[in-house]
Amino acid sequence: MMSALKNLALLDARLIDPVAGTETRGGVLIENGQIKDVGANVTRANVGSGTDVIDCKGDVVSPGLIDMRASEHRETIASVSRAALAGGVTSVCVAPDSSPVRDTTALVDFFVRRARDNDSVRLYSIAALTKGLAGKEIGEMGLLSRAGAIGFGNGSVSVRDAQVMRRAMTYAGDFDALVMHFVQDPDLAATGVMNEGEFASRLGLMGVPREAEVIMLDRDLRLAAMTGARYHAELISTTLSMDAMVKARANGLKVSCGVSINHLTLNENDIGDYRTFLKLMPPLRHEEERLALVEGINSGAIDVIVSDHCGQDVEDKRVPFAEAEAGAVGLETLLPAALRLVHAGQVSLPKLLRAMTSRPAEILGLPQGRLAKGAPADLIRFDPDEPFVVDPSKLHSQCRNTPFDEARLQGVVQLAMVAGKVLHG
Amino acid sequence: MAATRATTSFPHRHLLGIAGLSRPEIEYLLDTADEAVEVSRQIEKKRTVLSGRTQINLFFEASTRTQSSFELAGKRLGADVMNMAVANSSVKKGETLIDTAVTLNAMRPDLIIVRHHCSGAVELLSKKVSCSVVNAGDGSHEHPTQALLDALTIRRRKGKIEGLTIAICGDVAHSRVARSNMILLTQLGARVRVVAPSTLLPAGIERMGVEVFRDFNKGIAGADIVMMLRLQRERMDGAYVPSLKEYAHFHGLTEEKLIAMAPEALVMHPGPINRGVEIDSSVADGSRSLINEQVEMGVAVRMAVLEALSKNLPNG
Repeated sequence: MMSALKNLALLDARLIDPVAGTETRGGVLIENGQIKDVGANVTRANVGSGTDVIDCKGDVVSPGLIDMRASEHRETIASVSRAALAGGVTSVCVAPDSSPVRDTTALVDFFVRRARDNDSVRLYSIAALTKGLAGKEIGEMGLLSRAGAIGFGNGSVSVRDAQVMRRAMTYAGDFDALVMHFVQDPDLAATGVMNEGEFASRLGLMGVPREAEVIMLDRDLRLAAMTGARYHAELISTTLSMDAMVKARANGLKVSCGVSINHLTLNENDIGDYRTFLKLMPPLRHEEERLALVEGINSGAIDVIVSDHCGQDVEDKRVPFAEAEAGAVGLETLLPAALRLVHAGQVSLPKLLRAMTSRPAEILGLPQGRLAKGAPADLIRFDPDEPFVVDPSKLHSQCRNTPFDEARLQGVVQLAMVAGKVLHG
Repeated sequence: MAATRATTSFPHRHLLGIAGLSRPEIEYLLDTADEAVEVSRQIEKKRTVLSGRTQINLFFEASTRTQSSFELAGKRLGADVMNMAVANSSVKKGETLIDTAVTLNAMRPDLIIVRHHCSGAVELLSKKVSCSVVNAGDGSHEHPTQALLDALTIRRRKGKIEGLTIAICGDVAHSRVARSNMILLTQLGARVRVVAPSTLLPAGIERMGVEVFRDFNKGIAGADIVMMLRLQRERMDGAYVPSLKEYAHFHGLTEEKLIAMAPEALVMHPGPINRGVEIDSSVADGSRSLINEQVEMGVAVRMAVLEALSKNLPNG
């Protein structure tokens, strides 16, 4: 049921161009789902009378956010889409760790069809790098790419066997497929439930050392150099990892990395008295690490910010910390939580948005995520200063396990559109 | 047929590989094999060039066509041929390769044909015996008589090898057939391509005198010969390639791909074939398949090799 969309103009906005890193006053003219024009010359006087206009009253207009890591665990396509839109996320890469694991062409094809019929945010399938995410046999990367998989990941488990990882990366190269990996040595992290260090020791909890992450990452980067594969470390949480990425990039490798919004805005002390909603993998780290990661967004050492959205049933969190499931919902709070860094004066708005729009688009080879003529009109409008208190009962997600429970955040998404179609606001 | 070549044109005691053979030596073997083809097509196939000689076929790896081909070749030239059944032998009781070699050598054979799963094993054995040794396949290293029979098949069909474009497709990494063919065919002036997923290409292949393709269709485009390799089943379940289905889809030779990309090409396969995996039945059994011809040429080439080596034996 397609109806011809009328031209639409967003006027009098703070336009954030994440590619140029600029902030200007102006408007965006949208035609046939694409950005027809953008800039100071898009004014009420210049757009035709047949164009619908929205006066943004000085609110920010930027490309919609692209989230490279969200899980549909305990969610549905619909609930993920609603949560994403409320958080200004217009493209979501959905991890393969669904049940059943998305490791066959039939399942990827089914996902692609559901995503197409979703009539909401754009959903992309990350398919399984190894069958069943078991780390033993490489996935059908050729056929799965043909079926529409945008990248290959292994959920929240690292491929332990270096030979399997080597072959997976070698094979991926034949299809120019993006290998995305959760990096944490499963043996070093086996018993750990939070960051290793003084705080864990005081709480009497077993720790996951920072080295668990960088050892796996170092291995992967060596394999990336050996195989020439396109490689993306999905979540890094330490300066050790950041330094390894900087070095690898300086050596010309086609590698990138992401950080979760949680690791940019929270630290291990937020766990307080065993708050299980803050049990994450990788674990929240020391405040010094967090500050360094924020600086990594500024310097470009870290490419993208992800929600790492992972819904958990309350019953899986209302247990002793060591026994609780890891993970937090994050789609809906991605933008306002990230804006904390802007309000704290740590990151400029264009740099922050680059890590959630144009940079993920480049890594994934997507045309959206840019405020440029001809780009798909996936846009959001938000007031970065509008305050609110996170009320878990009002979240659009099926799950309520937010680490920002009762937090005071700023930045409310007024409008979200995909391909020129307003879906939220 | 020996009288016309009184001077030795094949001055080697063993045939351990194609590497090290000169172009005239290879062509000498192919010329001799051409004559052996005619011999084998007669009712009276028996010759006496190996009369009184003893040939032992020592196969540490299972083989049907190569072993029977060597057996027939030896018998047609008049040799006494013995097949060692390694499965029931002292090898199974823990005897080392060298001990086996020394023991067999004491029985005074003239020719030992050896297949072994370890690269280099045949050469090791050859140093411990006083007779001639023929490599019938060592690990992933060489299978010289297969390359010779492939060359003979091509030369008889195309009239030449020089200048032909020959695509070797499949599990190059583990294939002794690919290695011997790469050396032999480039030596004879062919343009050799190897076509495989990256996981089935050995390291450094780019520096081995061949063009490398990861895309099957591009790799066979315009080829004169498409030579398919067997993919072992244990390598297609996620270890080297994700699955049989994916391998067949991207790297299997089908009628459609052949017509679209290499309409003039002749198709070869060293056998045994995996129907529906690396090659579709319609291609394997089709008019452009040389697979059965390769088997016939196998006997002829082995006759030529045995005859050439016998001339260098004591009293030869």
